Amino acid sequence: MEVIDHVVIIGASHAAVQLMISLRQQGWLGGITVISDELHMPYQRPPLSKAYLDGSVEEGRLALRAPEMYEKLDAVFKLGHTVVAIDVATNQITLDTGEKIAYTKLALCTGARVRQLALPGAELGGVHYLRTMDDVKGIRQSAKNAKRAVIIGGGYIGLETAASLTKLGIKVTVLETESRLLKRVASEQVSEFYKRLHEEEGVEIRLGSKVVALQGDGQVRSVICDDDTYSDADMVIIGVGVIPNTELASEAGLVVENGIVVDEFAQTSHPDIVAAGDCTFHPNALLKRSLRLESVPNASEQAKAAAASLCGIKKAYSELPWFWSDQFDVKLQIVGISQGYTEAVVRGDTSRDRSFTVFYIKDQHIIAADCINRPKDFMMAKKLILQQSTIDVAALVDEGIDIKTLIN
Amino acid sequence: MPAITYIEFDGTKYHVDVAVGSSVMEGALNNMIDGIVAECGGCCVCCTCHCIIDPDWAEIAGEANDEEQEVLEMLDVRTETSRLSCQVQVTDEMDGMVVRLPESQY
Repeated sequence: MEVIDHVVIIGASHAAVQLMISLRQQGWLGGITVISDELHMPYQRPPLSKAYLDGSVEEGRLALRAPEMYEKLDAVFKLGHTVVAIDVATNQITLDTGEKIAYTKLALCTGARVRQLALPGAELGGVHYLRTMDDVKGIRQSAKNAKRAVIIGGGYIGLETAASLTKLGIKVTVLETESRLLKRVASEQVSEFYKRLHEEEGVEIRLGSKVVALQGDGQVRSVICDDDTYSDADMVIIGVGVIPNTELASEAGLVVENGIVVDEFAQTSHPDIVAAGDCTFHPNALLKRSLRLESVPNASEQAKAAAASLCGIKKAYSELPWFWSDQFDVKLQIVGISQGYTEAVVRGDTSRDRSFTVFYIKDQHIIAADCINRPKDFMMAKKLILQQSTIDVAALVDEGIDIKTLIN
Repeated sequence: MPAITYIEFDGTKYHVDVAVGSSVMEGALNNMIDGIVAECGGCCVCCTCHCIIDPDWAEIAGEANDEEQEVLEMLDVRTETSRLSCQVQVTDEMDGMVVRLPESQY
């Protein structure tokens, strides 16, 4: 029997879409089937907590690509289906319906899911998580009649949601268990800034507040913390991080750590299987270590390497990670990973303005930067990190000196 | 639908129809034109969708806003008619417009 080449892609978000495009661009002639547990065609995730939530962008504008493009790619979508097993011995996957689909190559773009809190009252109406378009549809529905919202978690998703709901005229309280916002990912200067920004915009920020229960009468009415304080709420959004979807991979015997382990070519521990996006634990030659990232640029760029691998081409993925966040009139652009920095220095004034950059320094080199309304600094920070030369900190923080002159 | 011609750095030409109201960036992405990377998907944050509007069409494409100007300033290969394609909204007047793509977006 003739074997027909067939790539099956599990997942249909940013990584999956780039992967199918790159497959065709690299000359893949076989079939492409995409399986997603969501019912929507691929859509952009970043606007979900921002422009889609506050209503400035509607659903039609979220499409990741025009429908005709998928026709040109000759990709078959199976939406609303969960893959329950991968059989690496026979190269088949099994769907929730029992249907089996054979593959010659498999791509795992399974992404991540929200971390859930086992709180009493978490099942009440008006309590939401935020990861998918349907999640945000639910949030928008609740927001129509809400006066007060409580957000559990002071990370980027929580803060973006706070900003969007504030724009809709809702009084928002953010409850964060740590002593400062964004503690896991940002310096004290940046945390302080976001606290000030949100307070200036009318958001109440309560730090060191651990939620112990949600209360209501079918519909959530209040949120109770471990210090016995409580906050009124018509709606609650829980944003306490995500967990990579690695179960299918580990059950199939693939190596999994904090994510599905892949090499720089997005190859998993099985020769017929690649993986890309939020679900992968991958090496980065620039950072000289392996890590898992939750970001669109990572998903897209890694997917290109994964597609190349499936076509027998070696294309190493090694990019400097970057991220962004929009809150109120502030655009944050982050480049590099600040973890392990020994000094954080500021270009600009963090106490008064809404425009400055924090550079993270280690061994006299810039390893990362958080750029607040500073697109120019962002572009330059990228170059400064990559050139890996000793940095003149005095010049870096001197606004009288054009940052461009620091580039070799 | 207005037809836009994208010319890659190596001279490869694409004539594609792009819906009014979408962006020049989306026109490239939906037609798998590689010269536009658009890492951020059109949020004016990544500067990987740089394009050069044919000078004859520059007026119709319009001028970059302040935010875009600031980003464009940092490009090594900026030309007088450089734009971020995510910020150029397609109109009926752009039927026939020619857009050139740089050698690299990085």
